[in-house]
Amino acid sequence: MSSTTEAITGGRLMVELLEEAGVEIVFGYPGGAILPFYDELYHSKKIKHILVRHEQGAVHMAEGYARSTGKLGVCIATSGPGATNLITGLTDAKLDSIPILAITGQVSTDAIGTDAFQEADIFGITIPITKYNALIKKADDLSRHFEEAIKIAMGGRPGPVLLDFPKDVQLEKTTVRKASALKIAPHHYERPKVKGDAQAFAEVLNGAKRPLLYVGGGAINSFASAEIKALAEKANAPVTTTLMGLGAFPGTHPLSVGMLGMHGTAYANKAVLECDYILNLGARFDDRVAKYQDFAPNAIRAHVDIDAAEFNKRINVDHILHGDLKDAIREILPFVKGGDRTSWIENIQSLKKNHPLDFDNSGDSIKPQDFLQRVYTKTKGEAIVSTDVGQHQMWAAQYYLFDKPNTWLTSGGLGTMGYGLPAAIGAKFGNPDKMVICVTGDGSFQMCIQELATIAQSKLGVKILLFNNNFLGMVRQWQELFYEERFSESQWTYNPNFVKLADAYGIPAMRIEHKSEIDKGVDFFLKDNGSALIEVMIPAEEKVFPMIPAGKSQQDLIEFKDLGKLKK
Amino acid sequence: MKHTLSILVNNHPGVMSHVSGLFTRRGYNIDSIAVGVTDNADVSSMTIVLNGDDFIVGQVKNQLLKLPDVLKVQDMAYASSVQRELVLVSFSITESNRSEALTICNGFDVKILEMTEDSLLIEFSGNSRQVSNVISVIKPFGIREISRTGQIAIAYRNQNSV
Repeated sequence: MSSTTEAITGGRLMVELLEEAGVEIVFGYPGGAILPFYDELYHSKKIKHILVRHEQGAVHMAEGYARSTGKLGVCIATSGPGATNLITGLTDAKLDSIPILAITGQVSTDAIGTDAFQEADIFGITIPITKYNALIKKADDLSRHFEEAIKIAMGGRPGPVLLDFPKDVQLEKTTVRKASALKIAPHHYERPKVKGDAQAFAEVLNGAKRPLLYVGGGAINSFASAEIKALAEKANAPVTTTLMGLGAFPGTHPLSVGMLGMHGTAYANKAVLECDYILNLGARFDDRVAKYQDFAPNAIRAHVDIDAAEFNKRINVDHILHGDLKDAIREILPFVKGGDRTSWIENIQSLKKNHPLDFDNSGDSIKPQDFLQRVYTKTKGEAIVSTDVGQHQMWAAQYYLFDKPNTWLTSGGLGTMGYGLPAAIGAKFGNPDKMVICVTGDGSFQMCIQELATIAQSKLGVKILLFNNNFLGMVRQWQELFYEERFSESQWTYNPNFVKLADAYGIPAMRIEHKSEIDKGVDFFLKDNGSALIEVMIPAEEKVFPMIPAGKSQQDLIEFKDLGKLKK
Repeated sequence: MKHTLSILVNNHPGVMSHVSGLFTRRGYNIDSIAVGVTDNADVSSMTIVLNGDDFIVGQVKNQLLKLPDVLKVQDMAYASSVQRELVLVSFSITESNRSEALTICNGFDVKILEMTEDSLLIEFSGNSRQVSNVISVIKPFGIREISRTGQIAIAYRNQNSV
């Protein structure tokens, strides 16, 4: 039965339901169709609203907040153009499994379908890019949709949901404050029981001589870091992580072999070739990691995932355990035995020694790898780091080691330029006491650069590390290596003066160009808890290595030392 | 290989888009789709026929089950289910071939809905192969209009039935 009380407006109810769900902060941008909700939000003492400069900023902030706190991220937009500006961020959250609730205003129900002012079928548009979405036509349905949407966003494999609220529904009065019954099947929100034989599963691992754990973003979503560490140590098995899994296993741990995949370490990718057993923990055999059916060719493959649709989707596996990663590891741990794997560990150590991450640091120019290493040392690896997309993203993934989950925020699946700055802002709102650094490039930075105003307005201590090579660096790298140096439209023949630009927003900024200025630069950048921007001029020719060319396998890895051969 | 999926979904707007959109964006082709409400007004039954190997059908099933409005997915094996399709066909006849047409209709257990001087409107239901058979036999007369429902299916309760 519905619990009934006095009638309140839909808008009022929306605010109260958000408060009841424990939402403390929302990122948004008002407009005509969402004004009744905003009017009620005005009175809320529990919910802080962050006014962004573009709705794409709002959704990425919600992502950064969700990713760094493990909580639900909420973003708000009005109908039509406001709502469509959320599309990129929602798609990003879908591919990276980030729990986001997007609330959009819609034209009144009597105007829907008439091409009314600022009308867009955001329900239809977001079907393929949300985990769930709904158009709410009656205020009486509001509470049920809220409960369903939040449960779906957070439950199972997390993801974005969108609720679309016509203006008249926000004004309509209702007494239904609690969902009387949910219309979705329980498996969409109940934590699933682990399915599969944990003992048999563990025994295959026990039988392996050269096991490798391959940890993905699911490890972070299920808060399974402690369990993964226990498993790796008990089994004496090296651990590699995907881009999304960085931080799920300590990057400084002796068993860590760093990131694998297209720009992963040479030793991780070589370990994939040599292992006789690979255990995928919450990753999805993404195409930047695993070539279709050609991955870990000498290994028995095993996979633990909460999403049954991921099993055998791209890569066939031999053993499956379906369920929440944390629960699943807890089930197999008692059956895991140590075994003598000394020669395998020694093999890994020698791979690490013989194929280190490498770059040429001679000359007077600043190398981004060097700079990131120094930032890592200076911050003792304790900062939350967000990135945009491109070379700087891969350098940050390689040279800043992450020991803790929820400290690495990057757009892995979609590769969204413009993600970094707003994600850092969202993370800082969620973690005011931690240092948050946005690593970006001159291309990416300009895609959501307007959010500098959001930093300024909230006096937010977000640090921006801007690598400037006056190029779209990753595009340039591919053009250099695979398109015979035809740099078609990858050079910025105009870039603004980023230092002056930051100054215009009241953000302290500095540019450095020579190696001799690095220490001064790092000190300036990290000196206090306030915001700062450092623009580091780097050579346009600098490349990201190692590299597995797109569509190739681990066998075809190119290391820094192979560069000479490659260019012949 | 053809597979018939019987899917129970919540009966509200947009569910059809969610389901068909899933096929579109993953590049799977739907041969036929038929939807109707069940005895429970909140639940609809969809029958989707698609062509694909076991891997593709497995993927489709897994992805369908991820949609919150999808309650149940059943892959109907031909031998253990009844599969039917309804077709309405209007075709031309002449004085000379009218009796031949009527004989065919009789033989196939076709229901005649309308007969004019120069046309017949018929109804036929059967499995998709039978429906296609009827259509091919009628084709030489000259089909004017045709409307097929797409296949629906239901599993036998007794799995020994054929």
